[in-house]
Amino acid sequence: MATDTTVAPPGAPAGAPRAGRRPALRRDGRYASVFLAPSLAGLALFTLFPTAMALGISLFDWPVFGERSFLGFGNYSHLLHDPVFRRVVLNTVLFVVLYVPLNVVVSLGLAVWLGPQIKGRQVFRVLFFIPVMTPMVANVMVWRLLFQPGGLIDGGLQSWFGIDAPNFLGSSNWAMPAIVAMSIWQGFGYNFLVFSAAIDQVPQSQLESAQIDGAGPLQRFRYITWPMITPSMFFATTLTLITSFQVFAQPFILTQGGPGVATQTIVMYVYNQGWQFLQMGLASAAGWVLFVIIMGITAVQFVGQKRWVNYDV
Amino acid sequence: MTSETNSPARKVRSGVSHALLVVVAIVFLAPLVYAVSTSLKPADEVFTPAPHLFGSEIRWKNYADAFTFAPFDRYFLNSLFVAVAGTLVVVVASSMSAYAFARLKFRGREQLFVLFLGTLMVPQEVLIVPMYWLMQTLGWVDSYWALILPWAFTAFGTFLLRQFFLTVPAELEEAARVDGCGPFRSFLRIMLPLARPAIAVLTVFTFISFWGSFLWPLIIINSVEDKGTVPLGLAQFVGQQGTQWNLMMAASIMAMIPTVLLVVLLQKHLVRGLLVTGLGGR
Repeated sequence: MATDTTVAPPGAPAGAPRAGRRPALRRDGRYASVFLAPSLAGLALFTLFPTAMALGISLFDWPVFGERSFLGFGNYSHLLHDPVFRRVVLNTVLFVVLYVPLNVVVSLGLAVWLGPQIKGRQVFRVLFFIPVMTPMVANVMVWRLLFQPGGLIDGGLQSWFGIDAPNFLGSSNWAMPAIVAMSIWQGFGYNFLVFSAAIDQVPQSQLESAQIDGAGPLQRFRYITWPMITPSMFFATTLTLITSFQVFAQPFILTQGGPGVATQTIVMYVYNQGWQFLQMGLASAAGWVLFVIIMGITAVQFVGQKRWVNYDV
Repeated sequence: MTSETNSPARKVRSGVSHALLVVVAIVFLAPLVYAVSTSLKPADEVFTPAPHLFGSEIRWKNYADAFTFAPFDRYFLNSLFVAVAGTLVVVVASSMSAYAFARLKFRGREQLFVLFLGTLMVPQEVLIVPMYWLMQTLGWVDSYWALILPWAFTAFGTFLLRQFFLTVPAELEEAARVDGCGPFRSFLRIMLPLARPAIAVLTVFTFISFWGSFLWPLIIINSVEDKGTVPLGLAQFVGQQGTQWNLMMAASIMAMIPTVLLVVLLQKHLVRGLLVTGLGGR
């Protein structure tokens, strides 16, 4: 957190009690209110007020058109008993459970492999980072074509191995793995960058002297590299968990949540309730459920970090 | 360096390692290469029994045709306008508030800053429903205002720039204050010029997140042909029969080009900024 960065007024002897602190505070306060005005107004109107509203809306039957009525926790109990919503939560959890470990394994593996000794690793950093930064919808469109019958994957399998690829996006077994595969390709570059930077901080001299002492690559990683990169591991896994629960564009464009509701996610459910069925109360409640899940997972992460994250390097 | 470095075994290992990396790069790039290759094929050659890199001709005309197939010129203009305007709002508002938190003393500063950071925890999914209601109330549904303003006041920029301002030595400003320079002038003349790298990072991330934003435009824009952004324009074709895949790929590639250029040109700054803040845009 911030430390006090103000300075004694010019001319005051160092260490002297700050005379005139009040007027200075008041003068600075006036300036501060000017400097803070745009952000405060924006945050109040577009974040604080909507957050309060969101709590309210979720307690009402709130159709876009027609009568609103107070339900209390009716929307929430409706969600708990709605088989579609249960399935949607399961789908989202399944996506997270598949996506997060794979993302971390791929990005960490490549970051370790592409250590300082590899020429041209800078090129890889930029390369892997491209899908992270380009519009998600454009990337998903490319993969939609890739997964088409007759697309690259199907065509490649047929011409090289003579086997028909499954209809990835139309099969309830393959649709979720397809979405996960696309998401890994799109997203691992971010964590790759974070891990690469962390690995760059590991002193080469330590690694080399361990090698001379006969430590193999696995031992070197386990006892030297790993302890030094746990803070960025913690940061990356937490952030990846949070963002992967919010998955939307990939299933929306690849499968429209299908087949049936096999790949519908929580954010898709929020969108469908609010803007297809025009039930804002239910949409809002589903949004809160997602928020609570995310907060819970994050809290668990923070409690659990004491066991494995090492900040005293 | 150890004596082992140049042993034959080491050389072979490093050779294999580099060869494998080339394979990784090829696999990773395949989707993008496939997209470019499709964008240059005639429509009837998109799905061939065996994958070919090139069709019977290299059809650059697809890129022009994409604009007549759908109003992509309009989508690009809309996206550009929204991203530039939104970025401007973000940079101005967050640099001002960051200065206040880093340099001015006022009552309740710490508490207010915690509140700012707290707003970062509320995810977009919770906010979109009341935000939509707010837009209805303001009469902003289906307007540029709705695309630009609602998400332009996240505390992320304030946090990033405050971190940077705190690293600027206080002496620089003291000297200016002695010369009778008030906070406004010292902010404009001293702080902003010094913060150029941090502001560049914030600018690029903000631009990119506006450029790629999808869920909110999908919700708030009804007249897609008129006010739609590039991601909306691309998503129009999902689920349609007889998608013109070669034109779709041309449009997707064009949507990627601006961000690819930004990333390639500013890679060093972006990496630094990412690691300082540990956050990209939304």
